[in-house]
Amino acid sequence: MSTQTFAQLSNGFVYGAMGVLTLTMFAFAAELAFGTRSRVGRTAAAAESAHLVTVGATAARAAAADMVEADVTSEVDGPDGPEATAAEPGDSARQARADRYGGIAFSLTTLATILLFLGVVCRGLAAKRAPWGNMYEFSTTSALVVLVVFIAVARRRPALRYLGTFVVVPVLLTLGLAVAVLYVPAGPLLPALKSYWLVIHVAAAIVSGGVFTVGGVVTALYLVQDRWERKGVTNSLSRRLPPAEQLDQSAYRLFAFVFPLWTFAIVAGAIWAENAWGTYWSWDPKETWALVTWVVFAGYLHARATAGWKGRKAAIVALVGLSCFIFNYFGVNIWFTGLHAYGGLPNK
Amino acid sequence: MSAEAPGSVESTETVEGVESTEGVDTEAAPLEATTLSTQPLPPRLPGLGWRELARWFWRQLTSMRTALFLLFLLALGAVPGSVFPQRGSNPGDVVAYYQLHPSLAPFLDRLGMFDVFGSAWFASVYLLLFVSLAGCVIPRSLVHARAMRARPPAAPRNLTRLPEHRTYLTAAAPDVVLTAAAAELRTRRWRLATDESTVSAEKGYLRETGNLVFHLALIVLLLGVALGSLLGTKGSVIVVDGQGFANTLTRFNSFTAGRGANTDDLPPFSFIMTKFSATYERGGPQNGAPRTFEANLLVRDTPTSPQRPVTIEVNKPLTVGGTKVFLIGHGYAPVVTVKDGKGDVVLSGPVVFLPRDGNFLSQGVIKAPDARPTQFGFRGLFLPTAFVDPVRGGISTYPAADSPGLLLTLFKGDLGEDKGVSQSVYTLDTTKMTQAGAKGMRIGDLWELPNNLGSISFDGYQEFASFSVAHDPGKDPVFFASMTALTGLMLSLFVRRRRIWVRATAQPDGRTLVSIGGLAKTEAGSLAGEVDGLLRELLVVGAEQPDPRDPPDPSDPLEEPA
Repeated sequence: MSTQTFAQLSNGFVYGAMGVLTLTMFAFAAELAFGTRSRVGRTAAAAESAHLVTVGATAARAAAADMVEADVTSEVDGPDGPEATAAEPGDSARQARADRYGGIAFSLTTLATILLFLGVVCRGLAAKRAPWGNMYEFSTTSALVVLVVFIAVARRRPALRYLGTFVVVPVLLTLGLAVAVLYVPAGPLLPALKSYWLVIHVAAAIVSGGVFTVGGVVTALYLVQDRWERKGVTNSLSRRLPPAEQLDQSAYRLFAFVFPLWTFAIVAGAIWAENAWGTYWSWDPKETWALVTWVVFAGYLHARATAGWKGRKAAIVALVGLSCFIFNYFGVNIWFTGLHAYGGLPNK
Repeated sequence: MSAEAPGSVESTETVEGVESTEGVDTEAAPLEATTLSTQPLPPRLPGLGWRELARWFWRQLTSMRTALFLLFLLALGAVPGSVFPQRGSNPGDVVAYYQLHPSLAPFLDRLGMFDVFGSAWFASVYLLLFVSLAGCVIPRSLVHARAMRARPPAAPRNLTRLPEHRTYLTAAAPDVVLTAAAAELRTRRWRLATDESTVSAEKGYLRETGNLVFHLALIVLLLGVALGSLLGTKGSVIVVDGQGFANTLTRFNSFTAGRGANTDDLPPFSFIMTKFSATYERGGPQNGAPRTFEANLLVRDTPTSPQRPVTIEVNKPLTVGGTKVFLIGHGYAPVVTVKDGKGDVVLSGPVVFLPRDGNFLSQGVIKAPDARPTQFGFRGLFLPTAFVDPVRGGISTYPAADSPGLLLTLFKGDLGEDKGVSQSVYTLDTTKMTQAGAKGMRIGDLWELPNNLGSISFDGYQEFASFSVAHDPGKDPVFFASMTALTGLMLSLFVRRRRIWVRATAQPDGRTLVSIGGLAKTEAGSLAGEVDGLLRELLVVGAEQPDPRDPPDPSDPLEEPA
């Protein structure tokens, strides 16, 4: 197949993914609108509570089903405890409906991810290179990473599936922006980008971006849930989300995973810069903001270990860090000129 | 910055510290138990003696709150460096900023806003940060070195209070169970301490090791950066096709060197650029986008060594010894022949014009200071693919030299170069000159200048390449420090420090009560799985023993023994 065919295929897949994601958004919203807690969420919450209970003389870890039957209320009664086991009988129909929507939403997310993956691959085939040479390609690949991270997280912790709506919306916005504003036709690279460091450095940056985004979504929900817990507010969303402490833990894990990767992205960029420009660090705006992002997340990790900074304050630091990352991507490319002028935006 | 980074607050807290730890939140409690400099200060005013004051100041500086504050200050301080033009990278933009904001610019300049990363206030932030870091990390390293040799702490009295705990009854004797537990934990590479009724085990010391290595590597990194800026040199030079370059100070167009660098003794290599070539996308949506840049050189590593051909590309520098030569830019140099009013040739050859846009509309100046009887000069535009736009005038529509054109504006009068003040070759000081004509030329054209000033002919063009010649002795230390830091960082974030205790006590009925307790010092992770794995292994031990109390009831959940 020719370059043109692959490029058109790629665009088709990306538009397809966007269409499916739009449906996904409605399905997730519908899941939130019906029932008190979906089956997956209930099982997960129950399993997590049961986990803390003294296990009897039988062998270590019984199947999840047995765990649910364990006496959840006996010792550790987490915020999920009562709800987890006692679903209102009248709700069962609503619940079934919510479960169905939830299942549909998750399947649609998977479908959209596959479509987007194909879109990115075809883009690479069309351009005959790693498909992250300009902002359009960076954005589509980042969106793909966000979806993959979300699916991975939701599989590990089913209760986090409720993040769905809050993940799909920024992904759709990113893709919309990519298609409408950042689009450039597939083509070969600028000479400055012809290096295997493009694959290493930019891939690390893209994956970091995806994980930062999911981490940011979880952190924002942590702040909301924490506020609700403090005020004793319960509503349809607060009942479905995991307790604040778990959200905080999940966010921390994502950020702790991504921080070394982001460090690596910066170091790899420095090595590449040394090879291309003769200086490993030039205080170019992109480099400066990458360092600012790094320093803010270093602050987040330290804040989590400092009395008086744990919890909400640390979470706000993480959101500031995410803002720095996003600004580094969009703001620096649009408003500043520097050595990283590869966005493919007009007037560069 | 203290070493309590990446989510770890680890300390040498004792069994009491463990026992008081209730619930899942194991992160906060140890902090209060630390005996390190990061301990929150008691709300007590310092004494008046200078010694107390210094101690108080030191403890403030090395506290985590100060480190956090300095981190945020560093992040905030870096921002103006990206907002305002910087002298180091864009001196021209700083001049332009002065012209645009004549009243604001001097004020910003006093604050160091045009050289943020070299300013005293920025340096003081990161130096304080690194002093704070050293003041925290070094004592902690000593503590950690002692902790690595210490035995795992003794078991808390009540293992069932730990976040992970399992209890069961078995027919096996206590010492059999304990031996099996110790053997199993040893094969899993836990550090062990045993007494008559318990096995204590600890794992994950690499977390703190990684944490400390990360922070110490950052100090090395900073030293490497300092070494590079002290001893490094960097110069840039423009070389036209067919011309050469020798690595001596006088040959550079611009040159910066660290305070300790020996600029008289640069590596004596030289090269001739035989041909620079660039290709661009033709047609399609990316028409004109650059595709390849290549500078073909003949290099001599020393004045006596033979020439070797080398091709430098954007991502493929030339390396001679510890010095690297990078291709950083290129452009056109129109070739002209200038004669003066007496008919003497006063200038002949390529004149470098600097590119101004993506299609290489290039700007330059041609001066004839030796012209007699009257000096004259030109402001010029070189257009590789010339096109006259009705609105914008002469423009270039493609970066390659498809149909070159030269637009010249003639000035006659005093060039102002006789006073011994050196001028840029790219600017024409027209204060004592008057405009005397303008002309668009194609290759081969001759322009007889008015008033018998002389003539100029546009003979052709050559391409030039600009190179950066850099030597940075701090580069390798910085590289190794950053790799070490990265490794340490991953250890400190991914390794979990955790403890497991196994207690086996004989019961009145002849069976043995086994309790297993697990405590993760940072986050639980898969500790439950590890405890369960150990449990599975230990259950096997009792399975073959005849039960002294018949019949066996393995599903009996045991209540807390008093």
